[in-house]
Amino acid sequence: MQTKLKVDKAVKAILLVSASFSILIVISIFVFIFRSSLPAFKEFGIQGLLGELTWRPANGMYGILAMVVGSVMVTLMALVLGVPLAIAAAIFLAEIAPRGVQAVVRPAVQLLAGIPSVVYGLFGMVVLVPLVRRIPVTGNSGYGLLSAAIVLAVMILPTITSISEDAIRAVPRSYKEASLALGATHLQTIFQVLLPAAKSGIGAALILGIGRALGETMAMIMVIGNSVILPAPLDNNPLTVFLSQARTLTGNIAVEINYASGLHASALFATGVVLFVLIMLVNVSARAIIHRGNPSAG
Amino acid sequence: MNAIKLETHSYSLYYGKFRALEDISIEIPEKQVTAIIGPSGCGKSTFLRTFNRMNDLIPGVRTEGQALLDGEDIFSMDVVALRQRVGMVFQKPNPFPKSIYDNVAYGPRVNGIREKNVLDEIVETSLRGAALWNEVKDNLGKSGLALSGGQQQRLCIARALAVKPSVILMDEPAASLDPIATQRIEELIRQLVEHYTIVIVTHNMQQAGRVSDYTAFFFTDESRTGRLVEFNLTRKIFTNPQDKRTEDYITGRFG
Repeated sequence: MQTKLKVDKAVKAILLVSASFSILIVISIFVFIFRSSLPAFKEFGIQGLLGELTWRPANGMYGILAMVVGSVMVTLMALVLGVPLAIAAAIFLAEIAPRGVQAVVRPAVQLLAGIPSVVYGLFGMVVLVPLVRRIPVTGNSGYGLLSAAIVLAVMILPTITSISEDAIRAVPRSYKEASLALGATHLQTIFQVLLPAAKSGIGAALILGIGRALGETMAMIMVIGNSVILPAPLDNNPLTVFLSQARTLTGNIAVEINYASGLHASALFATGVVLFVLIMLVNVSARAIIHRGNPSAG
Repeated sequence: MNAIKLETHSYSLYYGKFRALEDISIEIPEKQVTAIIGPSGCGKSTFLRTFNRMNDLIPGVRTEGQALLDGEDIFSMDVVALRQRVGMVFQKPNPFPKSIYDNVAYGPRVNGIREKNVLDEIVETSLRGAALWNEVKDNLGKSGLALSGGQQQRLCIARALAVKPSVILMDEPAASLDPIATQRIEELIRQLVEHYTIVIVTHNMQQAGRVSDYTAFFFTDESRTGRLVEFNLTRKIFTNPQDKRTEDYITGRFG
């Protein structure tokens, strides 16, 4: 009896340590990044970093606003392109596709998640960029927000599709039966009962997709052009803003950290802190929205 | 006897190769409560779901024989139109995770009714019809899931009424409710039968005796194929059953 109790306690302790480990890592990463970024924050202040557009380390200018805009814009564009497709695919897999089709489509979608991001970047450079370059606008190099957003949209597709599909499948069968029994068509049932009932799961899928998009680095470096400029239209047509080059927060760190030192390195860590905070904000606000919209159904 | 509302002739149903129902012929009268009783697994629910074609949802289901609503072939009807005429209440209350109002307005809305005042009117009439109006009239925006089990089931009845069906199928509607909530549902069934044809599947023979005008006794053997043994006025089934198996079942010798 005594030994049994001891084993019990030991196992519980081991489990507790394992669980604490990941929290510890998150905290230590945050502390490390934050400490390393302190010199830059002391020197320029939050205003000097976040409020300034010019990033010119050689001249001691470390404004990261353009990169914040670049990251946010390419993420939003990827969501606009990718989310409808991902949710449509989820609906198709969960409700419409016969078993045989599911058995082909689902692994294909999941395979997308396993492709390394450098391969997406390569695909973007070799296939997408030349295609985008054909759009006849002066100054359009093909590298830029549009190419990057298309690559990113494909990259977030598998995450959003799989999690949304699970969420739709998790809706109690009784809701579907009730709706059909009331004379609703299958499509009405999907859009008016199943999707609303699955919205917290779909919301979680979107959060993960946004996180993935904001954090994506390699593929973005390869197709977005990396110029530190505030994205702006290339000519009179405001839509050409999407052909503008940009740089993401992640790209900024990856491109420059190898040769940076001193304040420059610290400013790159500050870029990391901003990225960290941005992702936290997305998480918190998205959760708040989901919970507010879903008082009883959790 | 009233006019015939629902009928089947030599009706059989298969799940793939397995025959779940065999050769069932029955004529269910209009504006009466017909109870379907019998042991578990005798196909009562499957038979009930014939009349609004909910069995269509199960892959591999095949039927033989005829099933008619008002003399029209159920299987050649548009299924959406059929389900507007034949409502259903399920064993477990299953309100949508929406407000009480939106639950009741769901059916009319999917059928294209958009005008606020028309919907308001339907919601009130339906909730009154399901004896729930007085309890919820000040809280129509509250989630249907926040109601008690018995109230949820009456909400589901109101939701079915809102589509203005002429038949209501009930699949053990009180199976998950406490005795008081059950009594309210049974009273409600007796009120509803003035306007609707009701077919109710129940495991509870006292309930069948209390609420129904007619009773159909289904039975099965080792083959697990359900058959109709006897169909008659409820009081005849309970006092003077013609078949030995019916008698054994209602006297509680098995089942």
